[in-house]
Amino acid sequence: MKAERPSDDKRWRLVDATMRRHGHEPNCLIEALHTVQESFGYLEKDALRYVALSLRVPLSKVYGVATFYHFFSMKPQGKHTCVVCMGTACYIKGAQNLLDSVRSRMVVEPGDTTSDGQLSLLTARCVGSCGLAPAVVIDNKVLGNVTESRLSETLGRSVEHEL
Amino acid sequence: MSSEGSVEGAADPGGDGKTHSLNVCVAAGCLSSGSEKVKVALEDAVKSHGLEHECKVKGVGCLGLCSKGPLVSVEKENVVYQDVEPGDAAEIVESLGKEAVTRLKCDMESPFFTRQTKIVLENCGIIDPERIEDYLAADGYEALSKALTQLTPHDVVDQISKSGLRGRGGAGYPTGLKWSTIAKSVPDSTGRKFVICNADEGDPGAFMDRSVLESDPFRVLEGMAIAGYATGASQGYIYVRAEYPLAVKRLRTAIRQAEKSGYLGANILDTTFSFRIDIRLGAGAFVCGEETALIASIEGKRGTPRPRPPYPAEHGLWGAPTLINNVETYANVPAIIRHGGEWFASRGTEKSKGTKVFALAGRVRNTGLIEVPIGITLREVVFDIGGGVPDGKKFKAVQTGGPSGGCIPAEHLDMPVDYETLSRVGSMMGSGGMIVADETSCMVDVAKFFMEFCMSESCGKCIPCRVGTAQMYDLLCKITSGQASMQDLDLLIELCDMVKSTSLCGLGQSAPNPVLSTLRYFRSEYEEHILNKRCPAGVCKMSNEVVHNG
Amino acid sequence: MAKQVQVKTLKINGVDVGGRGDQTILQVAREHDIEMPTLCHIEGLSDVGACRLCLVEVKGINKLIPSCTTLVEEGMEVTTNSERLAKYRKMVLELLFAERNHICSVCVSNGHCDLQDLARLLGVTHVRYPYRYPRLSVDASHQRFVLDQNRCILCTRCVRVCDEIEGAHTWDVMGRGIEAKVITDLNQPWGSSETCTSCGKCVQVCPTGALSEKGKSVAEMSKRRQFLPYLTTMREERE
Repeated sequence: MKAERPSDDKRWRLVDATMRRHGHEPNCLIEALHTVQESFGYLEKDALRYVALSLRVPLSKVYGVATFYHFFSMKPQGKHTCVVCMGTACYIKGAQNLLDSVRSRMVVEPGDTTSDGQLSLLTARCVGSCGLAPAVVIDNKVLGNVTESRLSETLGRSVEHEL
Repeated sequence: MSSEGSVEGAADPGGDGKTHSLNVCVAAGCLSSGSEKVKVALEDAVKSHGLEHECKVKGVGCLGLCSKGPLVSVEKENVVYQDVEPGDAAEIVESLGKEAVTRLKCDMESPFFTRQTKIVLENCGIIDPERIEDYLAADGYEALSKALTQLTPHDVVDQISKSGLRGRGGAGYPTGLKWSTIAKSVPDSTGRKFVICNADEGDPGAFMDRSVLESDPFRVLEGMAIAGYATGASQGYIYVRAEYPLAVKRLRTAIRQAEKSGYLGANILDTTFSFRIDIRLGAGAFVCGEETALIASIEGKRGTPRPRPPYPAEHGLWGAPTLINNVETYANVPAIIRHGGEWFASRGTEKSKGTKVFALAGRVRNTGLIEVPIGITLREVVFDIGGGVPDGKKFKAVQTGGPSGGCIPAEHLDMPVDYETLSRVGSMMGSGGMIVADETSCMVDVAKFFMEFCMSESCGKCIPCRVGTAQMYDLLCKITSGQASMQDLDLLIELCDMVKSTSLCGLGQSAPNPVLSTLRYFRSEYEEHILNKRCPAGVCKMSNEVVHNG
Repeated sequence: MAKQVQVKTLKINGVDVGGRGDQTILQVAREHDIEMPTLCHIEGLSDVGACRLCLVEVKGINKLIPSCTTLVEEGMEVTTNSERLAKYRKMVLELLFAERNHICSVCVSNGHCDLQDLARLLGVTHVRYPYRYPRLSVDASHQRFVLDQNRCILCTRCVRVCDEIEGAHTWDVMGRGIEAKVITDLNQPWGSSETCTSCGKCVQVCPTGALSEKGKSVAEMSKRRQFLPYLTTMREERE
């Protein structure tokens, strides 16, 4: 069985490059999935099938790996992401309240994306910014010592003004 | 150079003859406080003052006091500025060579700075983590060169054993003993052995490894290369969290530069020793901190642990003998080889040598990264270095060891921080997260927080951990919502014992620890929730209250 | 070429026994008619040490040891039947019964179920933990077989037999922790699997009613497992 690229999308070349760099060894599965997610934003079934066939890894094994690691997402992300850190230091400093406030303000549950596809709300185990707890990461930018009002202001700036 | 590693003791890193160097912290903490803008403003100010030939502006790793970031240090002058804003740049540049800007100065005589002893962090905040020249100027690769040219692999293991260094990942296994086991084990049929660096820092509330990787990545590479030489491995892997993009980027840069300069790759320093290092990205699974799970993950599989024996030292990555240590352990190695094992062993306590890096966070004034001699008391850490609990609140407990550790109450504040003492009081050293809780925290809620963590991080392979953590979590929810009986507490305690004794790996075996330690010191809080349906700290929402008020 | 294997002598429950150095504690114990409860273990497949029922005490080691993955050693003193072990084993079964929806009276495997047999053997008469009642699916899309997630205990025997014996690797586990479940291919209906050969080995090794043959009614599904030792022996001969 020869793996064929699921589409003409140029991003498959990036995925191929990663697999080639590792000599298409089955053990580079996780590295390949990282590249897929980086390139496409999430792991689509077609992508999983393509990687499975290219690396000669059973389909169920690929699916098992993709769903084992929480860093991988099987759903497309919104245009913006808001990651509320739920690490110990952040939790002790009120991260739960921050999460609840985004949840009710943006009408979205953790792990989901708003119905207009603008914002994905996520939680993190710890983003390692404990010195600045509580921390929130908006579009890959870490905000420290976050308060509810500051968070809603920032979210308003980066997300809502585009509506 | 001074082993105490104060800011003063730095060499002229660039060797470029510039009189002044303004070191802007660009580790993750300060970056998120806006240090990149400060750096640009300082560069502009240097230019506009025509000082390009006298002063340089350099991005450096963690300066420690994250809560006061952005931080800027004036190299060689023992001056650190805190809460710097771009608008302060001109004033800082104008003050060079004169009186420092008083309103921005950190108090360098405060215990936060004077009580620390830096070995692992000696270069943090001093060298530019993206320039190997800076590392070399700070005695970098002196240890590897000494090992390769003056010491046999056996000598190296000997020095590590003499140093008394113990694994900094948490369990505290003697590093020398581990190295000697792998040095003695027979390579696999293709002659392979491996060295792995566990940089999948998973404890919530811990960022030591991240800071070391972001601030001084070469140090970890050097430690691994020395380990490779000592154990007979020629391939290393760094398993690092994908959630730490900056650390990954700096590691990649460091590996490239080290290869180019001949400190990694074939025939290092023109010897017969060859050593390569590759990066493998973790993908968000706490259980991969367990060594057999980590190995499975590097092999591209689900990160589920397997029973040991066989231990990775005999049968590890792809079946070959494998050494696994964590970031901080490797970061100690160059200093030990440079100064000798006895030098290292002169620090710390009888059974726990050297220093330990802690990430101090939570309800404490000074949050950030600290390195202290092992054996220091918790009181010194929390109240002297940490500056105590802010807002006039009362100290309640300090949590160490993450989800595998426990909460230590005020009555034990005067005990020394070392592996044995911490586990005697029901916690553990862990990787170095230290989170202070005050009277506004409910200890049952804290236990529930960690149990939720263990439940969702359980790999699901063995039954006690998979189902036991879920049952314990449900019981804790029942308690924190005021619906539990004392029988539920008995069930919880019984499950704690069973999950601890029967789980397959360390995650399950230690998952009950936060419950056990809070029960040991704060049992009255549990009873208050159960018998009086009341949360003393006012954190838990009792369902009867809702009914009552509604 | 047969490797020279040393004979080890050890004590199990105070009785002197002997075994080869490449045998596990479980194998040696069973050879000497010492009973040991197991669920994830099945003769002929690799061992994973997951169900924790075969944990034993070994003198000098303060942790409990899975006997299915631990090789015997000279002078070992093993206890398989302490009160503590009996208590933990019962708790393991209680946790399993509470995890998913095991309703024996309406199960195809009633009376032919390893989980049920063990509960009877170990004296589990009731479950003290709250049942979790998860909502789980039944996949009847395969022409001949049914997968009922409600009865699955995640022993992974199906995954291993499909990978190690049939060589198809149709099965694997997705997700993790309490959310983990067995899947075929890309978590698709079994009937649509591209890799399943419909050999039925997974159904036969399944300890419960999670995998069954279509058309079997309550208590009719008994498993035929003699193929497994047979296939294993035949393959060893051929090597």
